[in-house]
Amino acid sequence: MENNLENTTNNNKINIEYSQFDSERMRLNAGPQHPSTHGVLRLEVELDGEIVTDIIPHLGYLHRCFEKHCENSNYNQIVPFVDRLDYVSAINNEFPYVMAVEKLAGIEVSEKVQILRAMCAEINRIANHLLAISAFGLDSGAFTPLLFLFREREFALGILEKLSGARLLYNYFCPGGVRYEIYSDFKKDVKVFIDSVRLAMKEMEDLLIFNDIFIKRTEKIGLLPKEVAINFACSGPVARGSGINFDIRKSAPYSSYDKFDFDIPVVEPGKEVVGVSGDCWSRNWVRVKEIEESCKILEQGITLLPDEGSVTDGIPKKLKVPAGEVYCKAENTKGELGFYLVSNGSDKPERVRARATSFVNLAILPSISKGYMFADLIMILGSIDIVLGEVDR
Amino acid sequence: MENHQFLFNFISEYTGDILAGVLIAIIPLALLLVYALVAIYGELKIASFIQLKLGPMRTGKWGLLQPVAEVFKLLQKEDITPDGADKPLFNLAPFIIFLGCYAALSVLPLSSHFAPSGLNIGLFFIIAISSLAVLGIVMGGWASNNKYSLIGAMRSVSQIISYEIPAAMCILGVASMAHSLDMNVISAQQQGGFWNWYVLGGPAGISKIWLIPFTVVMFIVYFVTSLAETNRTPFDVPEGESELVAGYHTEYSGMKFAFFYLAEYGNMFVVSAIMTVIFFGGWSSPFGDFLNSPIWQIFWFIAKSMFFVGLQIWLRWTLPRTRVDQLMYLCWKILLPLSMVCFLAMALGGMLY
Repeated sequence: MENNLENTTNNNKINIEYSQFDSERMRLNAGPQHPSTHGVLRLEVELDGEIVTDIIPHLGYLHRCFEKHCENSNYNQIVPFVDRLDYVSAINNEFPYVMAVEKLAGIEVSEKVQILRAMCAEINRIANHLLAISAFGLDSGAFTPLLFLFREREFALGILEKLSGARLLYNYFCPGGVRYEIYSDFKKDVKVFIDSVRLAMKEMEDLLIFNDIFIKRTEKIGLLPKEVAINFACSGPVARGSGINFDIRKSAPYSSYDKFDFDIPVVEPGKEVVGVSGDCWSRNWVRVKEIEESCKILEQGITLLPDEGSVTDGIPKKLKVPAGEVYCKAENTKGELGFYLVSNGSDKPERVRARATSFVNLAILPSISKGYMFADLIMILGSIDIVLGEVDR
Repeated sequence: MENHQFLFNFISEYTGDILAGVLIAIIPLALLLVYALVAIYGELKIASFIQLKLGPMRTGKWGLLQPVAEVFKLLQKEDITPDGADKPLFNLAPFIIFLGCYAALSVLPLSSHFAPSGLNIGLFFIIAISSLAVLGIVMGGWASNNKYSLIGAMRSVSQIISYEIPAAMCILGVASMAHSLDMNVISAQQQGGFWNWYVLGGPAGISKIWLIPFTVVMFIVYFVTSLAETNRTPFDVPEGESELVAGYHTEYSGMKFAFFYLAEYGNMFVVSAIMTVIFFGGWSSPFGDFLNSPIWQIFWFIAKSMFFVGLQIWLRWTLPRTRVDQLMYLCWKILLPLSMVCFLAMALGGMLY
């Protein structure tokens, strides 16, 4: 694996034979209270001047015993816990969990619910990517894009708030349907939202994405070769930025995603817009393109979503889950999120295990950030887009 | 040019030389403090304008009292000296940084009849005294006993020392055209309208036209350099918030932090004022003799300087931050050769005209 990293060309990595210099190294604790570790991640960094020579991530500052809590709660009571994993894309977390329970209990879900769920997930995906892109800009020192994109994110939160009554942690999906009926202006709001997001992203490309300083800061930084990404089981924009065409929405369509026509943006080697495949800029670029794809899905969803029918009728009065086990996965905003449920036939699950995307993606950080500068380490961390609530669970 | 002594002579008639000197010395300090309040308010409001928000609105009308409130907040804060810090150095650092900026203000000619100190090597004095800030930053960074502070201080020293070279080149280029290092003389030479400014080739008539590209490039070089010297975005790597928390002033609080803050804004004004003097005619009116009386000259000087302060604030809220090695690359491989070439051209212009 080391060889893969060393042999890549087009790398901005500083090649210093460390053995030649006998300089003293500095050990720096970046975090848990650091402005750019996206939460309470502690990175123990060994620095040679400005260059990162070693890095040890320390996790667990936000551990909340999610899996143990689940063993003592009803299936319906777990949904709010699931929200709190990746708290900026809560709907996308509920999606695989609810599908897993439905699969285990054998509940059929109506088409209207499926399309509504996909639309909610895409609105939530846009909200997450807006945050990820703007926070990535913030890591590079640009403060204004954060506030520009937060305006559009506010639209997304507003729509989901009107649907579910909550702004961030929705508790909206439940086995068999969704908790509340759609409000009357939903389609109109989504249309306005799509237009404003497209406008904002055009603005953002001028302001941040194609800004020379930003490109200089992100291209050829934190190079993640395709093989390494596969070996580390990366998924989501991190993997697609390295040229891996993998998206569960396409490769194993769930819910209603087979009804939508959309592309999976992948930065393949040789087809880069800027930089090289697998660098920080590419990972960010995938998110930018995914926002557009999500807009396409939403546009189709407006026409596909039937007006008649109820979305709350399918919810069983008493959820009976037979004994058994199931694994269900979905494309979270950050990659593959899976839930493994074991049921013993009672109203509480015997075991709930989450395959957390951020946790798996974060594992690549030490191997792709050695040899870059400390400022680059922050950018690499930002480009992976982790949420510590999901990493620590 | 004994005109700049006008105010000093006027006061000393009543009070004697020593008291007059003290009173004159207070003027730049008062100017700095009032300017800092205006600049903080300007920063907040320009940032809010760019970021589609209102900014401070609750403290007074349109939040006009916000900077005053912030100063009072800082005054109330506990003055912490961290364990393991080198106390004398730690406490001295903010004042040394402030001293550098205050001393630089003392030679700025606000008007043809008033400069706090009419030093005839004013530009040279400013180059020398602005290096004092480096000392304060190193002292603060080292004495804080904090690794972030230390890295920030190291970055800042290499940055400011490197960028002093192209900055000095720009200043020397103008000095060679003006045949003087006296800021009042340089300002006086550029009287008679904006086409006599050194950014447009100086007061040499139509034959100077070949110089204009060089002087304009020189101005751009100096502007970029001044951003780096004041540690402003996109060159704020020493205090890069996302990397080094707050850089060399991470451990400072209360009034000592306020001094760092004040010195940063003060330095913004100083570099803008130098820019005004050497490229934009100093106190002279842009329209010939129109509104060119000594009192109006103060207005022109402050207005031109504040324009560049505003420009710096605008850039800060627009651009991301460069990396420390890219910063050095820009200085040594782009700005320095450019300023060398322009310096040669301007020196030739100085010989010809």
